[in-house]
Amino acid sequence: MSTLNPSAGPLGARPTGGTGPLLGGDTLTSGRLPKATTWVALVASAIVGFAISVLATGAANAGLTVLFGYVLFLLIMEVASRVVEGPRQASDRRAGNLIIGAFLLALLPLGSVTWEAVSNGMARFDPSFFTNSMRNVVGEGGGGVHAIYGTLYVTGMASLISVPIGLLTAIYLAEYGAGNRLAKLITFFVDVMTGVPSIVAGLFAYSLMALLVGPGAVFGFSGSVALSVLMIPVVVRSCEELLRLVPNELREAAYALGVPKWVTIVRIVIPTAISGLVSGVILAIARVIGETAPLMIAAGFTASLNNNLFANPMMTLPVFVYDAYAHPGVEPAPYLERAWTGALTLILIVMLLNLIGRLIAARFAPKTGR
Amino acid sequence: MTHPLSTDSGPGPAGAPEAALAADPKRFGDRVFRGFATGAGVLILVILALVAGFLLIQGAPALFADPDRLASQGYGEFASWVLPYAFGTVWAAVLALAMAVPVAIGIALFISHFAPRRIAQPLGYLIDLLAAVPSVVFGLWGSTLLARALIPLYGWLNANLGFIPFFAGITSGTGRTILTAAIVLATMVLPIITSLCREVFLQTPRLHEEAALALGATRWEMIKMAVLPFARPGIIAAVMLGLGRALGETMAVSMVMSGGRNITFEVLTSQNPNTIAATIAQNFAEAYGLKTNQLIAAGLVLFLITLAVNMLARWIVSRRAEYSGAN
Amino acid sequence: MKIKPIAAVLATATAFTLVGCAANEAAGTGGTSSAAAQTLTGKGASSMKAAQEKWVADFQTAHTGITVNYSPEGSSAGRSAFTAGAVQFAGSDRPLKDEEMGAGKFATCAADSNALNLPVYVSPIAIIFKLDGIDKLSLDPATAAKIFAGQITKWNDPAIVALNPNAKLPDSNITAVHRADGSGTTNNFTDTLHQLAPEVWTESAADDWPAAFGGEAATGTSGVVSAVSGGQGTIGYADASAAKNVGIASLAVNGKSLEPSAEAAAAVIDHSQTVAGRGEHDLAYSLDRTSEGVYPAVLVSYAIVCETYKDAATAKLVKDYIGYIASAEGQQAAATAAGSAPLSAAIQAKVKAAVDSIK
Repeated sequence: MSTLNPSAGPLGARPTGGTGPLLGGDTLTSGRLPKATTWVALVASAIVGFAISVLATGAANAGLTVLFGYVLFLLIMEVASRVVEGPRQASDRRAGNLIIGAFLLALLPLGSVTWEAVSNGMARFDPSFFTNSMRNVVGEGGGGVHAIYGTLYVTGMASLISVPIGLLTAIYLAEYGAGNRLAKLITFFVDVMTGVPSIVAGLFAYSLMALLVGPGAVFGFSGSVALSVLMIPVVVRSCEELLRLVPNELREAAYALGVPKWVTIVRIVIPTAISGLVSGVILAIARVIGETAPLMIAAGFTASLNNNLFANPMMTLPVFVYDAYAHPGVEPAPYLERAWTGALTLILIVMLLNLIGRLIAARFAPKTGR
Repeated sequence: MTHPLSTDSGPGPAGAPEAALAADPKRFGDRVFRGFATGAGVLILVILALVAGFLLIQGAPALFADPDRLASQGYGEFASWVLPYAFGTVWAAVLALAMAVPVAIGIALFISHFAPRRIAQPLGYLIDLLAAVPSVVFGLWGSTLLARALIPLYGWLNANLGFIPFFAGITSGTGRTILTAAIVLATMVLPIITSLCREVFLQTPRLHEEAALALGATRWEMIKMAVLPFARPGIIAAVMLGLGRALGETMAVSMVMSGGRNITFEVLTSQNPNTIAATIAQNFAEAYGLKTNQLIAAGLVLFLITLAVNMLARWIVSRRAEYSGAN
Repeated sequence: MKIKPIAAVLATATAFTLVGCAANEAAGTGGTSSAAAQTLTGKGASSMKAAQEKWVADFQTAHTGITVNYSPEGSSAGRSAFTAGAVQFAGSDRPLKDEEMGAGKFATCAADSNALNLPVYVSPIAIIFKLDGIDKLSLDPATAAKIFAGQITKWNDPAIVALNPNAKLPDSNITAVHRADGSGTTNNFTDTLHQLAPEVWTESAADDWPAAFGGEAATGTSGVVSAVSGGQGTIGYADASAAKNVGIASLAVNGKSLEPSAEAAAAVIDHSQTVAGRGEHDLAYSLDRTSEGVYPAVLVSYAIVCETYKDAATAKLVKDYIGYIASAEGQQAAATAAGSAPLSAAIQAKVKAAVDSIK
């Protein structure tokens, strides 16, 4: 009575159960690879990969071992899965293995960069770095406090400018601009704006200030303007995408209850998307906080602490790092150490911002099923 | 009299119901908010127009000067001077994205659908963090660590696969080639694309995913059916952001790559086409007069390249029907 | 709510740290709220950045109320900023040309005042190389020119072997590294090759490396040194003071083997003439690199100042600062901190006279 009788297959009477379609079974009753298969295949391909790499280059090479081992692993799993489980399961396993492989591949350069920054940056990661500037310091000693405050001021002001403008524009595009010409124009040109080279943004801010204030005007706010030009497109694009993903049913339910559109947006759409919005804003800040070229041109360079965004050059961390690397004194070691510690500080600042962002998102987001 | 919000106000002209609607105090808030939102959008267009205007005004003297003046006081005739750099910009960005996009989508899927919840969130933070590494650090890492580590690989590729045009030529003794720069660029744009894709994948309606699984789809089939089509506009947006960064990256490319004026597809040699952004950065400090104008005109060309690439991408996207949650 | 106390703590912490203070800066010397006359701003060549850092530090220590900012954005940026009146002095890898000079052209200066070019920083340019197993290398100008022009491509080329009979030169490719960015170092190096080997190096001196000669490009002095020290079979040119972890080649000129030392480098100005047709105190030198026994590849950087400033307080600041830079004390400090070559006593005296004439 079973409709799953596999005996009426194209190959005639076949044995039932426990075999894949290649041997005549069908997917619902085909077998499953035992759980240990993955591990066995991994170990086997590692060993064979090692052997091949030794044969090929005469010495044990980690890179080649991993490469050959991975390819072998994929092949073994593909064949085993196809034979035992079927093409759909094989495809699923293949996708899973490739995705995990991609993840591990990406860990290599990212891990390498992080490791470099952390291990080199620990040399000067001491209180004196965070309390001293470079005023009157040549060679050993000194610190980056003027650069740290400069970065916080300049990036803070840039965020103050970009986030409201960017978020409001994203709201316009997602909520009000369905298909109308202005929205299409804005979307298109925001995409174009993402391609503005960072140095051009710096030159633009410098020239704008030259027009408004006078030639050669170099100060922190000019740097903020340059960074805003770079930040706004990122904020707009990421926020717009996330606002679009909020299900329409929520909006329509609100309208049906008589809630005005703007209250719907502020009290329902934004909180639903808040986690992604915060992510997008942090991404934008992270993108610009490390920009060297525009800040060098627009905000200038100084070895002393400056607390005023609107007068005199202001030092920022990326310019500090670049300057220490590019113009060390006769003994380059202290300069390079300061450069790496500056870079590490930058990464930690973004980490802190990220955590604060997550706290905000957790506070405002509605509880979802995920 | 009909309620202002009833649907059977009919196709009539703006009469009593419309007037009542407009006078409703809640609508004032709507108008103000809409005004702010529209204003913000227009402000962006204004900023962009200012940037474009800046590029045009500063670049015009070089674009419209006669070739003799350009040859003696500038860098030479404009189109032939900027062509290798335009090629280099696009070529480096293409190489970088070819490496970054599949890996980024893979990582995003891993974080959203494959990894256990416990490690998925910290992984997400870690990747986001890497978007904050300053370009100077990538420049340092790329030109010292990565380039030196790749020298043996480049030697092997050149010796054994040299018949392929990409791997021909005399390999660089320092490893600072366009392929190295593309790897560095790929590492830089990876966090941006991954971050946005991950957020988008996480927003896939749970019901769609569970419906696919209930129909007997494997996890990969569920992703193909429910997640990827839903996320397509988001993926395109993420790739556009990554492309923007790759096209405009200044510091890292100028530190990592040995850039010149050769238009070539060989990726292992010292003679690589420089990118426009790196050229501007390297030459701006010592340029004066017509040379400065010419550099800024090159910036205008980069602007136009970004425009063209975006138009192409939009055309590709619009050819197929879009699926959006907000429809 | 669990979040509220955390938010409160965060907010207070932020408030306390909103305005920064640095432990090594006494109150009131930040230069932000001080009067304009107490801040001196200069911009220009990045070649003398390390020296300027030392000079600024010494000067600020001696005069606690004054802040000096020097921004190493490049000679050209410095010259244009000086002309536009944005800075009070400029640092430049070459003196102003005749067409750039002229009374009344400079916004910082008085209406009838011209500019003065004062040499303040001299640095030898070394030919650096990295080759396994080779510590010493001797090159003559013609061979060096051929290497950098791409005409000699292998280390065991007969020309190089002839100059280095005892070295075991391998049969590998030469990777010649040059500056990707426009630079005074390139200008002086190409000028050296052009003056000493004109039949090989047909291009005259330029800030940008001639594209026809190819080679590997690196950004900045540190970029060139890093590329040479990290590569295999590499050769390049850079400020001698920045040459770390690389070999330095000696130049064989007319039978004499010359090393890029400080004394040999400073001698080049003593053998050169100032540009004709300039004012009495303008010390723009046209370098003659072909003199006997003088190490030819030398970079001379200038401080560009006004003859007469619009504002007497600014003039005093500039005189004090540039006077310090050009003094024996300042030059020695820069030699120790930045590896430059101190100006010879004769040139120091001329610069001092020029500085004294600033009004």
